[in-house]
Amino acid sequence: MKKGKPERLIIDGKRLDGRDLEEFREMEAKIKVIKSADGSAMFRFGNTIAIAAVYGPRPMFPKHLQNPERAVINLRYNMVPFSTEDRVRPGVSRRSIEISKILKEAIAETVFTEEFPRTVIDIYIEMIQADGTTRCAALNAASLALADAGVPMKDLIAACSAGKVDGHIVLDVNGKEDNYGEVDMPVAMIPRENKVVLLQMDGLLTKEEFEKCLQLAKKGCMQVYKLQKECIKNTYKQIAEGDENV
Amino acid sequence: MSEIFVKDRELVMPGDVLAKSIDILPGNGTYRDGEEIISKVIGLVKLKERFISVIPLSGKYIPKPGDRVIGVIEDVQPTFWNVNINSPYLGLLLLGEAVREYVDVTKTDISKYYDIGEIIYAKVLHVSRSGVVSLSMNDPKAKKLRGGKLVRITPYKVPRVIGREGSMIELIKEKTNCNIIVGQNGVIWIKGMNEGLATRAILLIEKESHITGLTQKVSKLLEEGDKK
Repeated sequence: MKKGKPERLIIDGKRLDGRDLEEFREMEAKIKVIKSADGSAMFRFGNTIAIAAVYGPRPMFPKHLQNPERAVINLRYNMVPFSTEDRVRPGVSRRSIEISKILKEAIAETVFTEEFPRTVIDIYIEMIQADGTTRCAALNAASLALADAGVPMKDLIAACSAGKVDGHIVLDVNGKEDNYGEVDMPVAMIPRENKVVLLQMDGLLTKEEFEKCLQLAKKGCMQVYKLQKECIKNTYKQIAEGDENV
Repeated sequence: MSEIFVKDRELVMPGDVLAKSIDILPGNGTYRDGEEIISKVIGLVKLKERFISVIPLSGKYIPKPGDRVIGVIEDVQPTFWNVNINSPYLGLLLLGEAVREYVDVTKTDISKYYDIGEIIYAKVLHVSRSGVVSLSMNDPKAKKLRGGKLVRITPYKVPRVIGREGSMIELIKEKTNCNIIVGQNGVIWIKGMNEGLATRAILLIEKESHITGLTQKVSKLLEEGDKK
């Protein structure tokens, strides 16, 4: 693959991968991908693939970390070494600690943690392949995995990114656009309440551009939400039809 | 005005609005937000008079008093046992609830009654708010289970394994000639010659519990298993 900045990221209203400005990459969602986990899911935006596994609620040790009023959410976001062009150094990094923290806080908004005092809900997310918008894919996978595990929650969380590339507001920023574009803005929301639970932005936007970007991302989230619901429905339909692979 | 948006036994998922009414009460697996009643989990809707609830398709066992559960002794302490009951919380079996006779704890090692790794069928006495689960053997059905094997399923599927008035479990028992005890925590104890076949039948029920016509499927599996 050629490295370096492409001259233009948007040519005649089409992006490098041939998409329109407000078009998603191909999305895919799957639940029950890991047999030994209580709940698991895979979510894909184009070349970005996240796999999430949920264990628990289960007893929390060491004991002093227990919360007598609610369950503790323990989340690990990790990129596997072969997920990007340059090898990712294994282990925790500044970036993975940050993302783990914000994802955990987003998930705590939707899970009824008060129903399971003194326990822990472990969520492990592995990025198998990374090409922009990884935290959104991770969050989508995690929320599906939680639902699959039967953890009571207000609603699924849907996330997607918007940004500014070559002066245009675009939906679903990919790796190249993230690196060489102007702005990348991941947004996650609880669609039923229309409540934003994660919003980050790097780069500069005017107030009007920000509003436009946010509206676009919110619209995108609803599309993701629809896909997540369809995924769950289809999985149980397939089981009902006797599909051995589920 | 009361409106119900779902049918009985319909598949719903977190965030699905089930009904919009203040006359209908939210049951298990649902919560109320203003007038709306919303599902918390992936599950099947159950409508019953004024209640609307969702039976989850997966999840952990949450103990409640009166349940009969199968547990494995995990640790022996001077006056009590810690019991793994397949739940986020440990079961606690006190000496007084386990043994009828007087025991002088300064002179006896109580592992002679129940030792680590042994399996018990016990009743849940009390569950404290912070998750201490007291168990009791002071119940006509409670006993120590010797031999056999354990199968773990999702606790919400236990009613399907038992079937209407025990029809399903009787069918498996009769066809496989096994001794089977089902704990409400989703742990099932099987002992007999045909343990493998009984296990397969139970796992089939767990996987396809949301489908109608399950009894025929299970009896077909049991018939085929006999021929092999």
